[in-house]
Amino acid sequence: MPRYLSLVKIDEKTAPAEGPSPELMQRMGELIEEITKAGVMLDTAGLTPTAQGTRVHWEGGKISVTDGPFTESKEVVGGYAIMQCKDKAEAIEWTKRFLKTHEEFWTVTCEVREIAEG
Amino acid sequence: MEPQPTPAPGTSATTAIETVFRLEFPRLIAAVTRIVRDVGIAEELAQDALVAALERWPREGVPDNPGAWLTAVARRRAVDLVRRRENYARKLQEIGRSLETTAPAQEPADPGDIDDDLLRLVFTACHPVLSAEARTALTLRLLGGLTTAEIARAFLTPERTIAQRIVRAKRTLATRNVAFEVPYGPDREARLGSVLDVIYLIFNEGYAATAGDDWLRPGLCEDALRLARLLSGLMPKEPEVHGLTSLLEFQASRTAARTGPNGEPVLLEDQNRRRWNRMLIARGITALARADAASPKLSASLEQGGPPSGAPGPYVLQAAIAACHALAYTYEETDWRRIATLYGLLAVQSPSPVVELNRAVAVSMVDGPASALGIVDTLAAEPVLRDYHLLPSVRGDLLRRLGRTEEARTEFERAASLARNVRERGLLLARAEECRFPGGPPDSPHS
Repeated sequence: MPRYLSLVKIDEKTAPAEGPSPELMQRMGELIEEITKAGVMLDTAGLTPTAQGTRVHWEGGKISVTDGPFTESKEVVGGYAIMQCKDKAEAIEWTKRFLKTHEEFWTVTCEVREIAEG
Repeated sequence: MEPQPTPAPGTSATTAIETVFRLEFPRLIAAVTRIVRDVGIAEELAQDALVAALERWPREGVPDNPGAWLTAVARRRAVDLVRRRENYARKLQEIGRSLETTAPAQEPADPGDIDDDLLRLVFTACHPVLSAEARTALTLRLLGGLTTAEIARAFLTPERTIAQRIVRAKRTLATRNVAFEVPYGPDREARLGSVLDVIYLIFNEGYAATAGDDWLRPGLCEDALRLARLLSGLMPKEPEVHGLTSLLEFQASRTAARTGPNGEPVLLEDQNRRRWNRMLIARGITALARADAASPKLSASLEQGGPPSGAPGPYVLQAAIAACHALAYTYEETDWRRIATLYGLLAVQSPSPVVELNRAVAVSMVDGPASALGIVDTLAAEPVLRDYHLLPSVRGDLLRRLGRTEEARTEFERAASLARNVRERGLLLARAEECRFPGGPPDSPHS
């Protein structure tokens, strides 16, 4: 059964500064528990804001290091989930359910990618 | 018995609906079975709910809680069905009463209730009144959501045979009046054993296919792993459930390394351990820790060097053995002494010649092939091992390490003649052939 990475991308400018609401955290927690109990979830986590992140860049044979926040990026990775599903349709269904736990003012994009095996 | 609705193929809406249905199927069956007390009828009603969804969702959109929607439709139909059938008058009364006392099913049911129903479904599908084959087929059908065709393909059995097996199993459950329940008390342990054994059986059929051309049928392993994880969520306080889950996570972590480029099996000692899936190993370790936390006896029994009262169960012990392999970066670094001790505990916990044979392998790594050969030779007379190809295979390996290559060759040839799997037979014949021209010192690791 293939594994899928669901990359959760958010716009830090529109995301609430105080972070997700307690209700959202509750709904998300319940859903994650459900996905885990279904035997599908292998690993998931949210990431701290890009303000605490660092980009290490390689270009033209040179390394450059930039500390966050990355204000020029419209979307940054805010979290991820690794799920083992029968097919991509199932991974997309779980991802839809994850997105639906958010309030309407959120803009979130999940990129579902199959993990290359072997 | 199994109406297969045929929606317009290829449309994304129907794909989404079918996916939702597949995900909700076990819970749906579980919830409806609680009403109609018959998994066969419950399955038909679940299919009816799917047809209703295929009619309405494309027009009206997928509801916010599709599982609750499907359950509500199936439950309503369950009630209609019971009303229509005179001979269900008694059940009608029961349902009439329970409908008056329970809220309409539009609201999502309490997740705790659903989980209980799922657990009841697990125990029903694995009921000892059914044969082992029927239990595995029914579990894959009802809990794994596999179609009859998928199960047939996985077990290399004609679809009609599987379909009949499932129909008969459902009928047996109905006619024998098997209660839709999770047993309590001493029954529970015995029945839980059957549940775990079914899941392990499914896994093993995928892990080392007993017959056929392919060594691995990974789909079955994944389904079993999913069932084990599901059960871990449903029964978090049962150490053996975590033990089985842990064992399967560890074994699944080796999948990529267990076959070579041409699909041939690669033995544990020859596997490229960098191909082991570290995430699954981490999950195995976590599950083993949960087993230990649910019953902190494993560490205690290892420290005491013997099984105390209430020692860990066989799946926890096997998981602990698998952990030793998973944590060793090379075959040589494996903690064989710990493995030998664990097999010793397992031999007390659930004595079997196969466990003794495995213990012999561990002993050979700690004390050398000669001591192990002593153990193996006492097993030679065991009737259960008479046709078990791994006995001559292990014996052959020990003899080869003792430099008795001619005897080793005979054993490998005998093992090959007993192996039913084509890939495995090939490997054993190759080992026999190597004994004909022994290169290098007799105790060098096989490569």
